[in-house]
Amino acid sequence: MPVDVDAVVLSNTQLSHDYNSVTLAAPQLADQAEPGQFVMVKATAGDHPLLRRPFSVFEIQRDGDGRATGFSLLNTRVGVTTRAIYGLRRGDRVRCLGPLGRPFSLATPPAQAWMVAGGVGLAPFATLATSLRARQVDTTLFYGGRSAADLFYADMFGALGVHVRLSTDDGSRGDHGNVTVPLRAAFASIDRGSPLRLYACGPTPMMRAVTDLAASEGRNTDVSLEQIMGCGLGGCYSCVVPLRSAAGTHFVRSCLAGPIFDGSAVDWERLGR
Amino acid sequence: MSVDLSVDVGGLRLANPFIAASGCFGYGLEYDEVVDLSTLGGVAVKGLFLEPREGHPPVRIVETPSGMLNAIGLQGIGARRFVADKLPVLRDRGAVVIVNICGSTVDEYAEIARILEDADGVGAIELNISCPNISKGGMMFGSSLQGTHDVVSAVRRVTTRPLIPKLTPNVADVASFALAARDAGADAVSLVNTFLAMAIDVETRRPKLSNIVGGLSGPAIRPIAVRMVHECRQAAPDLPIIGMGGIMTAEDALEFIIAGATAVQVGTANFVDPFVWDKLRDGLVAYLRRHAISSVAALVGTLDTTRG
Repeated sequence: MPVDVDAVVLSNTQLSHDYNSVTLAAPQLADQAEPGQFVMVKATAGDHPLLRRPFSVFEIQRDGDGRATGFSLLNTRVGVTTRAIYGLRRGDRVRCLGPLGRPFSLATPPAQAWMVAGGVGLAPFATLATSLRARQVDTTLFYGGRSAADLFYADMFGALGVHVRLSTDDGSRGDHGNVTVPLRAAFASIDRGSPLRLYACGPTPMMRAVTDLAASEGRNTDVSLEQIMGCGLGGCYSCVVPLRSAAGTHFVRSCLAGPIFDGSAVDWERLGR
Repeated sequence: MSVDLSVDVGGLRLANPFIAASGCFGYGLEYDEVVDLSTLGGVAVKGLFLEPREGHPPVRIVETPSGMLNAIGLQGIGARRFVADKLPVLRDRGAVVIVNICGSTVDEYAEIARILEDADGVGAIELNISCPNISKGGMMFGSSLQGTHDVVSAVRRVTTRPLIPKLTPNVADVASFALAARDAGADAVSLVNTFLAMAIDVETRRPKLSNIVGGLSGPAIRPIAVRMVHECRQAAPDLPIIGMGGIMTAEDALEFIIAGATAVQVGTANFVDPFVWDKLRDGLVAYLRRHAISSVAALVGTLDTTRG
């Protein structure tokens, strides 16, 4: 059951001019959170901005006994809320409602898991990687950014036993090009019949490209969509995703049915943005 | 001091004056996990046409200063499925249900009202003659006095339930629409629906909403909504009013009540804080105690316009 907490900021790590990660004290929320779920965040008091914003749960913090104490957000400043989150100080309070949404379906050995992240789309994969590695799933992270300065936490994934394949648009780290470059190479080296689950999160064009590439290899991709969302609880009908089925295309609320969707069922042309 | 929060809105009895606004609370059951629906004064469910509707493609909402625009396009499951699937559960939860209905034609409104007349658990019918986001129906009726009269009187003929037309603010003189609704047989009116508005992305020079235009709600519209409730109260003192428009706190609700609203609807605030309902009730009780007023009903329309 989702809870609404006034979470205290424990730390704010400014990773670059644009990116930061904020750790929040919220044991009740963190304890319930499953990989892929999100939190509705109100980082500023008052009426502007008015609405909360959805954020993936990034890391779960635990104490020495393994009990959840809080969670972190991976943030990049683009608007009013994300600028406020970039500037948070230790001791500030942030309103957080969650966990919300349906989590990822976890791969099970012998299936491999490939997580494909673009930019801040890395966020849902820390908890996913932890859960997958706990099941001893052979896990690879394909992680792309604009340049080397935009790639973070590769070591953290490596420490979990995740294979990390980096790429940058400018070639300053990892493969030169977008994240489909190393992904395409990986498809070339895997047996078409061997079990594999794909997960993708990032800019919409990237998730679409990954879905299409995977489909051409006969694979489905679970995408974590980031629709503009008003409430997170199904009340406003703003965050809908057009999903194709035998009966035609229907608008489905991302907050309730998602944010994880089968990429091949998404009508990308009508997704908006 | 005990205070009485119950109100009677044109025959609709509510335990307290706080109603979840239509279009902002799904069918109510979405909030089953976080809110005890029986503690709300009422639940105005998302507007229903006779048949299911897909609504507009994304982008459906955009934030504006102290407010938001929406153009959802009344996505919904249709009246029959609502009666079969949602209404029995709402009844079981002890919710007072206000069913918001919409039609592309006058006959469609009447047809839905007939279906609801045979259903158990319908507390009242709210007539959506004010949605600004659809090409046929909604505001098309509510922005003309004749259209308002035609829909209200057609539904009045087929329903015994309290009948509450929801008025649009997108007219020059909203009070004349309250009078037209009353004269056609309305038991109360609710106001205001959203203000027709627009936002543009200047980088792309494209509208921010897929529907180009949408309805503005939130604190930005509150002072205008309060003024409109005041005007309706002045014009028709005996016609009960459900007031709404950017209510975030008990104090905001009190403005509407003092202006003449017997009950209020809360919409956008619920997006920001789904637990707002307890705070609203507590704030209202505290106010009544502080002013030694024994009931909400005694406060309705007590605006003092004498010059001090």
